[in-house]
Amino acid sequence: MELDPHTLPTDTAITTTLDEAIGWARESSLWPMIFGTACCAIEFMSVAASKYDISRFGAEVVRFSPRQADLLIVAGTITYKQGPILKQIYDQMSEPKWVVSMGACACSGGFYDNYTTMQGIDEIIPVDLYVGGCPPRPEALLDALLSLQNDLRTNTYDPERHKDFKGALDNV
Amino acid sequence: MFENIIISSNEIHSFIKGKYDEGFNYLLDITAIDYSEYVQTQEEEFALVYILRHKSFKKHIVIKAYVPIQEVETISDIFKGANWLEREVYDQYGITFKNHPNLRRVLNHKEFVGHPLRKSYPITKGQLLHEVDDLIDEMNNRLLSKDIICKLDSGLFGECNKDLMFLNLGPSHPASHGTIRTYVALDGETVEAAVSEIGYLHRGFEKSCENHTYNQIVPYTDRLNYCSAISNNIAFVKTVEDMLGVTLSKRAQAIRVMLLELSRIEDHVVCLAAVLVDMGGLTNYWYMYNPREDIYDLLSKLTGARLTNSYMRVGGMANDLYDGFEEDLKEVIKKIQYGVEQTLSLIKHNRIFHDRTQNVGVISAEDAINYAMTGPNLRATGVSFDMRKDAPYYGYENYEFDVVVGSVGDVYDRVMVRFAEIDESIKIIEQVMQNLPEGDVNIKDASITLPTKEAVYGTIEGAMNQFKLIFEGVKVPVGEYYGSIEATNGELGFFIVSDGSGTPYKVKVKAPSFTAMSAYPEIIEGAQLADAILTLGSLNIIAGEMDR
Ligand code: SF4
Repeated sequence: MELDPHTLPTDTAITTTLDEAIGWARESSLWPMIFGTACCAIEFMSVAASKYDISRFGAEVVRFSPRQADLLIVAGTITYKQGPILKQIYDQMSEPKWVVSMGACACSGGFYDNYTTMQGIDEIIPVDLYVGGCPPRPEALLDALLSLQNDLRTNTYDPERHKDFKGALDNV
Repeated sequence: MFENIIISSNEIHSFIKGKYDEGFNYLLDITAIDYSEYVQTQEEEFALVYILRHKSFKKHIVIKAYVPIQEVETISDIFKGANWLEREVYDQYGITFKNHPNLRRVLNHKEFVGHPLRKSYPITKGQLLHEVDDLIDEMNNRLLSKDIICKLDSGLFGECNKDLMFLNLGPSHPASHGTIRTYVALDGETVEAAVSEIGYLHRGFEKSCENHTYNQIVPYTDRLNYCSAISNNIAFVKTVEDMLGVTLSKRAQAIRVMLLELSRIEDHVVCLAAVLVDMGGLTNYWYMYNPREDIYDLLSKLTGARLTNSYMRVGGMANDLYDGFEEDLKEVIKKIQYGVEQTLSLIKHNRIFHDRTQNVGVISAEDAINYAMTGPNLRATGVSFDMRKDAPYYGYENYEFDVVVGSVGDVYDRVMVRFAEIDESIKIIEQVMQNLPEGDVNIKDASITLPTKEAVYGTIEGAMNQFKLIFEGVKVPVGEYYGSIEATNGELGFFIVSDGSGTPYKVKVKAPSFTAMSAYPEIIEGAQLADAILTLGSLNIIAGEMDR
């Protein structure tokens, strides 16, 4: 849906579906919460800095409070010790919310196949988008953001999509 | 210069006290070795290793004691830095220390059962943590030591004889670098007591080393201090090369020096950018971070990766410099200088900056040494210890540069020392590039470096050679050795135990951030909360290196 105020008479009314209007609004106002723990978080710094500049895509309002954010970006290795904290942060975010797992570690444990590293954050929280790489280049994270935005534009948000998810720390 | 000494386990305390009085007052590291795969040839199943450095900084000693009973006297009364190091040995190996003030796990979580660095612990056996440690009893002890008495109501703090508020700084907090947790008791804005919990990024580096070949470990070292990956590569392969007794070509040494200094700059710019953001100076972030992007571009052209370069190999490096590297480097240096200049013009005469940093987060030289702090954090207190001068390697003695020292040991000094070190590093890089020797970057030894691709594809010897080196790894002679360099955060060392195979029997990192962090609670007690944040930033704690 494109609106150009210069070509439209000021008293124009448009018709659309509510879903589409909301999707359009959400698309360009994602507020990320960075759960950055390791090397991948340094690459996130690049994503936010001037060269890659995530604000070009309307997602630069980085919040470190889960209660103010709707996009959780998990950037870095998640250890078992970190597990309950990540889960708590996720639970504190209110709907609608999305989760991006950035980097091999968050996706699968990466090359840390050992006693302390969780083998992917989807052991404890549901993930919407996985970004591979160790670390992923900033472009890769931006690409994830764009594809999420595309999804918000074209599909209706489904709050039930993870309802069958049961993580290792649920119900304990 | 170093010396290996073997002592018996019941004289650990007295012997180390004696050495301390002789001037070995800098505790580098404590670790243990589990000899259970070699019980026939070793005296006992476990040994403890203490590494001390002399106050002249030119000599270190490695003291080893076999421990028959798994309990020894603590040395945390001699060195404050020993407190966390002994906790780590306890956590990882299960050796207990008598009279230790706070013997509990430090890297692994509180529900963890067993001691992962014991050979009997399976490497992939993970254990879930269900609930985070509330740190109440640790905090309570801390409060009691300051004569603050709090009632405990069903495990939580009730009323105290002072009006306190308890607060968690981190682990998920932008200024706590994502993984560091400090639990503070506040009286208004003043931190009355603090305890730090680390280990949130403990990702098993040392155990992983035990099932990878030496060259396979190089990518893991990238991720120790990921802000300056190449210097970790170099610290590791240099230790292995020292054990092999090989000397690199002049060219390889010079390239390593140049890359070490470039990494130092790369790391300092991000630390400075972040510390200024913590202070509210966001503009500086853009000025300081942009040159880092330029360094990334240069390094990706050279190594193929922006951040995690894995550029070094035992016996040399992945490839030589590319044509045109020198011109690219010159451009990058100009941009670094521009970024530094612009940032300094914003803060140098800025009243807010001075007020927020001077006499804030002070640590004295004496305490810094006792905590085994090193690098810029130590130099900021006025101690001129720099391995590049005191125990030079790779021809550092031939380059002209100054060791930058501070005088107070506050946030201001730590920040300014880093700014000045960027200039010194640029000086070194320019000297290296002026006289870059010709020649190969890899040593020629079929048992260490890989054959050329033509040899691999064209000859049977070449193919066999490649196959054996990749599968079996570089065979390092039997021995136990500690090697270190001056990395960005200070002395970064590796203690390696080799059993003669292509995989290390044990690796221990002497991580500068670990000891610096152990001093942090004491530094911030009595300070304002906002200053505690700045202090943490100025210490440049890198979780990957601290937690390993
Ligand atoms: S994926 Fe790689 S770069 Fe990212 S946190 Fe893990 S080890 Fe670091």
